[in-house]
Amino acid sequence: MSDLPQSTPAPRRPSALRRAWDSDLAWSFRHAPLAVISLCLVLLLVLSAVFAPLIAPHDPFNPASLNLMNGFTPPMEPNAFTGDEFWLGTDDQGRDVFSTILFGLRISLFVGFAAVMFAMTLGITLGLLAGYLGGWVDTVIMRIADVQLTFPAILVAMLIFGIAKGITPVEYRDQMAIWVLIFAIGLSDWVQFARVVRGATMVEKSKEYVQAARLIGRSGPAIMMRHILPNVLSPVLVIATISLALAIIAEATLSFLGIGAPPTQPSLGTLIRIGQGYLFSGEWWILLFPSVILLALALGVNLLGDWLRDALNPRLK
Amino acid sequence: MSESMQPTLSIRKLVVEIPTRHGILRPVDQVSYDIQPGEILGVVGESGAGKSMAGNAVIGLLSPPAHIAGGEVWLNGNRIDNLSRSQMRRKRGREVGMVFQDPLTSLNPLLPIGDQLSETIIEHLNVGKSEARRRAIAALEEVGIPAAAERVDSYPHEFSGGMRQRVVIALALCAEPTLVIADEPTTALDVSVQAQIIALLRRLCRERGTAVMLVTHDMGVIAEAADRVAVMYAGRLAEIGPVREVLTAPRHPYTAGLMASTPLASQGKRRLNQIPGSMPRLGALPEGCAFHPRCPRAAARCAAGDSPHIDSCDGRAACWFPIDASAKESA
Amino acid sequence: MTALVRISGLSRVFDVSKPLLNRLIERLPKAMLTAVSDVSLEIEERTVYALVGESGSGKSTIGKMVVGLLPPSEGAVEIDGIDLASETDAQKIDAARSEIQMIFQDPFASLNPRWRVRDIINEPVTARGGKANGLAERLLDQVGLNAADAAKYPHEFSGGQRQRICIARALASQPRMIVCDEPTSALDVSVQAQVLNLMSDLQEEFGLTYLFISHDLTVVQHMADRIGVLYLGRLVEEAAADALFETPRHPYTQMLFAAAPKMDGFGREVEPPKGEIPDPISPPSGCAFHPRCPIAVDRCSRERPEMRQVHGTRVACHLAE
Repeated sequence: MSDLPQSTPAPRRPSALRRAWDSDLAWSFRHAPLAVISLCLVLLLVLSAVFAPLIAPHDPFNPASLNLMNGFTPPMEPNAFTGDEFWLGTDDQGRDVFSTILFGLRISLFVGFAAVMFAMTLGITLGLLAGYLGGWVDTVIMRIADVQLTFPAILVAMLIFGIAKGITPVEYRDQMAIWVLIFAIGLSDWVQFARVVRGATMVEKSKEYVQAARLIGRSGPAIMMRHILPNVLSPVLVIATISLALAIIAEATLSFLGIGAPPTQPSLGTLIRIGQGYLFSGEWWILLFPSVILLALALGVNLLGDWLRDALNPRLK
Repeated sequence: MSESMQPTLSIRKLVVEIPTRHGILRPVDQVSYDIQPGEILGVVGESGAGKSMAGNAVIGLLSPPAHIAGGEVWLNGNRIDNLSRSQMRRKRGREVGMVFQDPLTSLNPLLPIGDQLSETIIEHLNVGKSEARRRAIAALEEVGIPAAAERVDSYPHEFSGGMRQRVVIALALCAEPTLVIADEPTTALDVSVQAQIIALLRRLCRERGTAVMLVTHDMGVIAEAADRVAVMYAGRLAEIGPVREVLTAPRHPYTAGLMASTPLASQGKRRLNQIPGSMPRLGALPEGCAFHPRCPRAAARCAAGDSPHIDSCDGRAACWFPIDASAKESA
Repeated sequence: MTALVRISGLSRVFDVSKPLLNRLIERLPKAMLTAVSDVSLEIEERTVYALVGESGSGKSTIGKMVVGLLPPSEGAVEIDGIDLASETDAQKIDAARSEIQMIFQDPFASLNPRWRVRDIINEPVTARGGKANGLAERLLDQVGLNAADAAKYPHEFSGGQRQRICIARALASQPRMIVCDEPTSALDVSVQAQVLNLMSDLQEEFGLTYLFISHDLTVVQHMADRIGVLYLGRLVEEAAADALFETPRHPYTQMLFAAAPKMDGFGREVEPPKGEIPDPISPPSGCAFHPRCPIAVDRCSRERPEMRQVHGTRVACHLAE
């Protein structure tokens, strides 16, 4: 590169796709086999959840298609009474385990994504405000965060869930359950977003481009949204990925404890709770398959998050 | 200094390489120079010229993946570029002292400075604890720390920036090394403190016969402190020689351009002479002489083939068409 | 000529106390750092006024108060007769503000890395709801870059080129004055020359006024018409550039000039200056320089010297003549 005014005209810029492929991030991704495998795994799971109604051989929520006689069919074996075969067997009510897993994955992923989005929005907003404004705003927000950090996240979620359940009318409880779950998990998770964003905001705020924006006459909100926010997003992305794994686990835990997703909309956690009742009576498949899928999902997302953290960390380059 | 004297440090065609995904970078390329006992060699260059990298290579402090890919480094007649890490570590404290730009990176914030000094003295000089402490106080006195006997138990943060740099110099010198590598030792300091530190370095060098490699971007510091100067450009040595000759009658067009673009007190408000462009990135070095696209004297020969090397030119400037001072050419 | 900027009795105090709880437990008093103390000066239109001083001299703090990034603790900054601190008409303040822009020291921190160069340069106009109409391209051309560079991001440029982009951004609001806070100290010598030349050219072309803040005496001498020397937040000497370098009258200025490395000072043996800059939280009594001053007398430690005229130079020293 040269400071010459008459320097040669810039060569034609390669296409956006080409640039993305050539970027350091993409390069580091291509050279991390574990990350590639994790991404494939997570993509496979997400796609099968999204297209569950098309893939699933049975509709587990349509009572008309259920045959109680099919209950407890082992995997890959014809049912003793009906002769129907199921890849992964059936549960006590004759529902196809493979299909319930697909639909359960849907609920789990939806709750996970939505909870992280909620936590992220809340955390980024509060973190930006605390970091940019400082003073008492910062003190109040961060003390609330400190207090919340002293409780385990799952306890906070249970508390919120309990309160929400108490104030919702009984007839809406099942409908509301998923949203309450999202709210509870999200609210228990905003602190780490807020902390990271606050720290990054304080660093960015002291940089001279922010002072330049102030000189131009930009207002506080405009500086926060247009200047600082884009520069604090990379650590947020890392936390969001790892949070997604944690949120999915948290949802499974709550559902497993029976206070999460209702049996009418079973998530992977609900399936595991149902399944563990049959483990010792020999119907192992009802527990095993949902557990394996949950494990694979959480592990895949977590490995992706780990890779992303290393790839975005300039000190490790 | 007589030519027959064995140089304290001798670098021969040193090459440092960094493999990256875009290819191999050479931040130091075929660099050779000697430093005699008691001599201060100034190494100047703009950022990215490889001046610090050469110093780090000498003391085995290259951070991977950077590594020495060729050439030799001799310290007091022993070859040291092929030593193992642990052998190098011993040499580093004993025979080579180091002073960096930020004094805090060389000091342990959790230990009193006296302990850090004694530790180094005990490790390298084989003396007892009380003797080491006595020597530590003496070392602090020597670098001009007032009330050294009382301040020997203070922590690094209790000193001002200038005093901290003195402590670092005491630490670098307490094992009585034969070579000191000072990498931008005054860049973080104020003008008045900088003058104190330079005077200190020069005095110690003269009194003890220590050789000093003074790495800096400040031509003024070089002019005042160094005996000889090595000018680096894009990883290569552009010019080397006695400081007065190089600065007043530069032979390499880059040195000449550098001198002309420095605002001089005596010249007042005239327009500064500027070198067009900026230093090329290591990944995109031009063919031939790395300086030729910015050079006012460049000819066809400069743009093709190998880059000129000092040894194949006149021994002072790596240039096919050096400026001949006697011909009264304008720089 | 008229003064574009009039600074009178300007002071700035920073509260650097530990948090309240620590203070109560450790029984510490409040710690106040006086960064700028009672500085008065005037900057004439279309001139270059340089502030020099070592670290802690308050030169950057003065620059920030002039552009309005920091409010003064005491005293006033008047721009074209408008006092930014006491003026109530928001429109007048906004107009006065937009006439003063700033260039910062670190060309890597002063451009938002996520913005295209075009948006960075156009921001002063678009933020006020204006239309850019190729302004960025025109300005890039003016500062010696390519109009095609407007579509690139800051990381694609070298330090010197980034500083040119910063200058283009400052020019976008058509200022009458630019405060330059160590604009070249992060740059290499050969690039510094390019940027300084560009700044001189632009001053001529647009009739700009510069407040040039630097610790580098050679750069200051090259650029400035008038120079103010600061020590520990106080203006100790002010004179036309030639006069100051010819006969520095304040002992601190003399010390500073003697200590600065000279390009032709081969093997120069000078007595290095004594001592270091004192702690600004508890500055020395009387004249702040007296503990290091070679000619200090009793009076210097008791009485703070006023600025007074000595042969056309303003100097704050009891003994200067």
